[in-house]
Order: sequence, then C-alpha cells, then structure tokens
Amino acid sequence: MALQEKYKELIDAANTAGVGNLSVREQDGVLYIDGTTNGTVKQQLWDTYERLDPNYASGDLVMNINSVAGVVEGAQLKVTTNSSNLNIRKGPSTNDEIVGKAARHEVVTLVSKENDQWWVVKTADGEQGYAYTQYLTPIG
Amino acid sequence: MKNTKNKMMALIMAAAVMTAAFTGCKSTPKDSDVKAGVETAIQSSPTATNVTVSVDQGIATLTGQVPDQGSKDSLEKTAAAVAGVKSVINNLTITPATPVSVSMDDPLAAAVKDATKDYPTVTGTVADGVISLKGEIQKANLQKLMMTLQALKPKKVETAGLTVK
Repeated sequence: MALQEKYKELIDAANTAGVGNLSVREQDGVLYIDGTTNGTVKQQLWDTYERLDPNYASGDLVMNINSVAGVVEGAQLKVTTNSSNLNIRKGPSTNDEIVGKAARHEVVTLVSKENDQWWVVKTADGEQGYAYTQYLTPIG
Repeated sequence: MKNTKNKMMALIMAAAVMTAAFTGCKSTPKDSDVKAGVETAIQSSPTATNVTVSVDQGIATLTGQVPDQGSKDSLEKTAAAVAGVKSVINNLTITPATPVSVSMDDPLAAAVKDATKDYPTVTGTVADGVISLKGEIQKANLQKLMMTLQALKPKKVETAGLTVK
C-alpha cells in the first residue's frame, strides 16, 4: 500500500485521463502500472513519474503505458529519431542485418507488428523490414 | 517329331531359367552398392552432413538430423531416385541450426541490448527479470530509455549503477 501512496498522484492522473485497461498492482516491493492511452497522456504520466521519483532512482515502479496499441496496419508513421537515419533490418533485433534506411521525419507505412518493440514497415521507395518502434510516431 | 518337341521344351526351359537369372540379377543389386549410390547422391547437399544411410533389400533408411523440412523432403527425393532403391524410409529429424534458448532472461536481455544500443555509455544486464543499468546517461535521454525498458515487462529496473548527467 505504501507504494500506492507514493505514486497516488500518478495513479489518480491515469484514472482521470481514462487510461484503458488500467491495472495497478503491487508485488514484492514493486508497483506495476499498465494500460493503454494516447501519446500525450503517456508523456504527461511519465513526467509525473519522473517528478515523484527523480531519475527513476528508487526502482520501485514499472510503468508500461502503451500509446501505440490502436495503431493498425497501413497506418502512416513518421520517423522520429534524434538526428540519424532509422535502420530497417532483416529481422526483429539489432543483430539482424540492415536492409534499408529511412531518413529522419520520413513517413513510412506500418505493414505488421512483430511485438511492441519491432514493427515491419515499408518506405516510399519500397524498402521493407523491421524497425524499432521507439523511433516511429503515428501520424494523425 | 517327339524328339523335336523335347528339344523345343529344353530350349524354352533353358531360356526361361536364363531370363529369370538375368532379370533377377538386374532387379536386386547388392544393398551395399545401393547404399554407396545413395551416399554419393546426397553428398552434394550441404544439409546431409549428419545423415546416415542404410539399405536392406532395396529399402533405404535415412536417419540423422537436418535443419528444416525442405532438406528432409529433398534428401528423401534424392535417395528415391537412386537406381536400386525400391522405397525410402525417412527417419530424419528436424533440428534448427541454432539451438532454441530456454532461459526467460535471454529474450529480455536481447530486448535490453536493442533498447540501449543508441546509448553507448549505458550497459544493461538482466538477472531473474531485473534489468540493472550501469554507466552514464544524459538526463534528456533517461526518460525515453526508461519508457522503453519498462515496456519490456521486467520485474524491475535498477538504476543504482547509473549516473545521470
């Protein structure tokens, strides 16, 4: 219960924002918060988390808020790398060979989802392969 | 007349015996020759290195390991086409080239490696579902990294060894 007190503001915010499938449970000294929402709410929740636990130093919360669950095949995705090109790979791992690249802010199409980390995308040039979802932002 | 008939019979019988002997010889080559033939035929396949051949009365048996179903099928076809092979018993088993890992930590460790790839000063190790971070990270990048790591369904994320700059 102590952890739910510590992160009460965060849990309340998630409830207020209408996070879907919200699940909050505590086990072995770690609080787990899971749910689905949009990118804006996810960012707000993470900013709250960071304020309540500066630098995430306590290691007592695992928050998995999925903001891309509703993205479907055929969706347009913008490449949001920090500066470099996005690697498109043969398989869903950084060990897999690079088969293409997408420039920063280029728009690619979602072909299928391997898992939450790796999606198959296709560029306008027809290059297809696995890209890391962290660097893909759904448009619209 | 009777003599001629007997001669004819003798000729026919002799011919029959010879034919039987001849065809008999042709349809049952030695099993050892057939075995050698099959071994030569499948040798060209790179997936046949762990395959052994035995032949019993023209029936060839393939045993051993191949990496996939395609290799299993094609080796059977190759063996069946060898002269003297009546049929093939395909006892080949499929063993993927890379052994499949059983540890639950392995997929998590691989995912952590992917997630930390763009932060060369950070290393992440995994033990019993716990991700432990070490090294240094820019404060601006910390939230993005934590978002990714906590979405991997770890038991927890330890940051005690991580210096935030």
